[in-house]
Amino acid sequence: MSPSLQKTDQNNQRLAVMLGCGLALYGLSRRSKTGIAIAAAGAAVALAGRQTGPKTYSAHASFTINCSPEDAYRFWRDLENLPLFMHHLESVRVTGDLSDWVALGPMNTRVHWAAEIVDDQENQSIAWRSLPGSDLSNSGSVSFHPGTGGRGTIIAATMVYTSPGGALGRTAALLMGRHPEFALREDLRRFKSLLETGEIPTTKGQSHGPRGIHGQASQVLLREKQNMPAPPLEHEDESHSNLVLRRSA
Amino acid sequence: MKAVCWMGKENIQVHDVPDPRILNPRDAIVRVTRTAICGSDLHLYDGYVPTLEQGDILGHEFMGEVVEIGPGIDKKKLKVGDRVVVPFTIACGHCFSCEEKLWSLCDNSNPNAWFAEKMMGYSPSGLFGYTHMLGGYAGGQAQYARVPFADVGPIKIPDGLSDDQVLFLSDIFPTGYMAAENCNIKSGDTVAIWGCGPVGQFAIRSAFMLGAGRVIAIDHVQDRLALASAAGAETLNFEEVNTLDALRDLTGNRGPDSCMDAVGMEAFGHGALYLYDRIKQALRMETDRPVVIRECIQACKKGGTVSIPGVYAGFDDTIPLGALMNKALTLKTGQTHMMRYMAPLLKRIQAGEIDPSFVISHRLPLADAPEAYKIFRDKEDHCTKVVLDPWAEGAVAA
Ligand SMILES: NC(=O)c1ccc[n+]([C@@H]2O[C@H](COP(=O)([O-])OP(=O)(O)OC[C@H]3O[C@@H](n4cnc5c(N)ncnc54)[C@H](O)[C@@H]3O)[C@@H](O)[C@H]2O)c1
Ligand SMILES: [Zn+2]
Ligand SMILES: [Zn+2]
Repeated sequence: MSPSLQKTDQNNQRLAVMLGCGLALYGLSRRSKTGIAIAAAGAAVALAGRQTGPKTYSAHASFTINCSPEDAYRFWRDLENLPLFMHHLESVRVTGDLSDWVALGPMNTRVHWAAEIVDDQENQSIAWRSLPGSDLSNSGSVSFHPGTGGRGTIIAATMVYTSPGGALGRTAALLMGRHPEFALREDLRRFKSLLETGEIPTTKGQSHGPRGIHGQASQVLLREKQNMPAPPLEHEDESHSNLVLRRSA
Repeated sequence: MKAVCWMGKENIQVHDVPDPRILNPRDAIVRVTRTAICGSDLHLYDGYVPTLEQGDILGHEFMGEVVEIGPGIDKKKLKVGDRVVVPFTIACGHCFSCEEKLWSLCDNSNPNAWFAEKMMGYSPSGLFGYTHMLGGYAGGQAQYARVPFADVGPIKIPDGLSDDQVLFLSDIFPTGYMAAENCNIKSGDTVAIWGCGPVGQFAIRSAFMLGAGRVIAIDHVQDRLALASAAGAETLNFEEVNTLDALRDLTGNRGPDSCMDAVGMEAFGHGALYLYDRIKQALRMETDRPVVIRECIQACKKGGTVSIPGVYAGFDDTIPLGALMNKALTLKTGQTHMMRYMAPLLKRIQAGEIDPSFVISHRLPLADAPEAYKIFRDKEDHCTKVVLDPWAEGAVAA
């Protein structure tokens, strides 16, 4: 982010706080129901203006997968596979030791960063972190342990994001959702499905009758609108059969 | 295509909706030739199972012809033109649960698993047309249906068997059979079965197949009791006798070796506890009326087995845990692990050991679904089981 952009953002922030406080005072001075509403709205604006400092989000989750540590490690180690199951990632391009990541935020805003692998233990663990100067500073690690008695592989992942302040910070926060742990768990669940079955279960795009207001509302409540993976067929077209990683039964 | 849609409590409508399409590599599309209404659908009809949404396509008992397959399906397993019965549980075939043949507990077939985890700890498999908590998949009471993991579930039907003879391999025959298997029957055992609906009927016949010496069947609908005694069961009408006293009498103060609840969450009953359940259910403080579970636990012999195929959805506070524990009972339950039973039961049908069409009382066009749900729920017109023809004349969409 350029220094001038950061400046405007700070100005905007100050403006929001001032405007918000003004509204709140005006509202309170009216001593009526509308007045209280205006005051509340003002306070909200002022608060939103303030909460833009840097913030760290971290998440941890684990899943047991019916495959060998080798298979799980190999699939993850090819970082270009990550967008297949990490919901917020649009693409990862690997060039030598470095990789370029693009995440898709709300309203198609894009966040870019470059990352490097900082530790790589074959078939056991991988750790990476973003390079200095990235839009979104982040790091992650994942380990692959064989389950007892041949019960597949237990993978455990940890992600840490530090969002910068300002507008971009808010985008980053939205990107991770209000529940980064939830987002990571769902990513790992998709990783498991993909490795075990060659696809990710979905109902997105299926037929249904008229939803009405009631049906629409419950779809939102169940996150069926935002939290469903895009079916692989939609963007892979001809090559989608590649997605079938496992031979069928 | 035309499809049966849930539009709210006791509000079923047939609508014109887009044809389903392949969404995942291992999907298939089936042109539905026969579909049925299940007792489980009645729990949805009456609005007792949470997370159904307005506009959802219902139905989990269906069969038909494969008209399209995804690129991930091995053509040796399934191809266009195959005539298949589709099981109501959706299973991937590769996860830990599937490898243990616990098909109704597949780890990978519920896209809304997180939600089921909130309620149950871990999620069972996805089901067709049975709430969003259990997958949110469009169901089979329609002219076409999308079948995920179609290389695992659907079973091919050889020529020479009619749709009506094999349709119930999709749910109630395997369900009755697994419920009987869950009774741990030893040769000569006495098995008491609450509920003589379609599931109960198949359970009675399966219990005899598995070696039961006596089956005592309990219901209050005369036609259904008659169908039970036609299969060799002794019958009790719970409106006429006190079930617990009658069972004690019939078993020489010993109790049945195993007791089965083939009724589920909407059981009828008597007395103060029943009233308590009804009120809590009406206020949606409780989803279930566990009348029959209570009776099963109470009636069962010491060290016996209670099998629960009947569907429950929530948290119940009137289950006699003291009796369960002190009498050292075994409790077995679950949605049916369909793929374990379809092939062996198809063999029994082919061998002429059973003709499952005995349970059908009504054959109607899909367009009559709203009426069909009502008569099946209210047991009007001697209704025991309704099958719907999606292509029959007179099908007009709303
Ligand atoms: N576990 C599974 O996989 C599975 C599959 C299919 C159906 N089911 C469940 O099995 C149950 C039965 O299904 P169905 O299709 O036979 O339904 P149904 O509604 O046709 O039959 C239920 C029967 O129970 C009788 N009944 C009500 N209260 C009773 C009582 N107190 N004592 C004895 N009988 C009583 C009713 O008169 C009725 O005949 C339902 O709960 C259904 O959801 C479970
Ligand atoms: Zn059913
Ligand atoms: Zn599975």
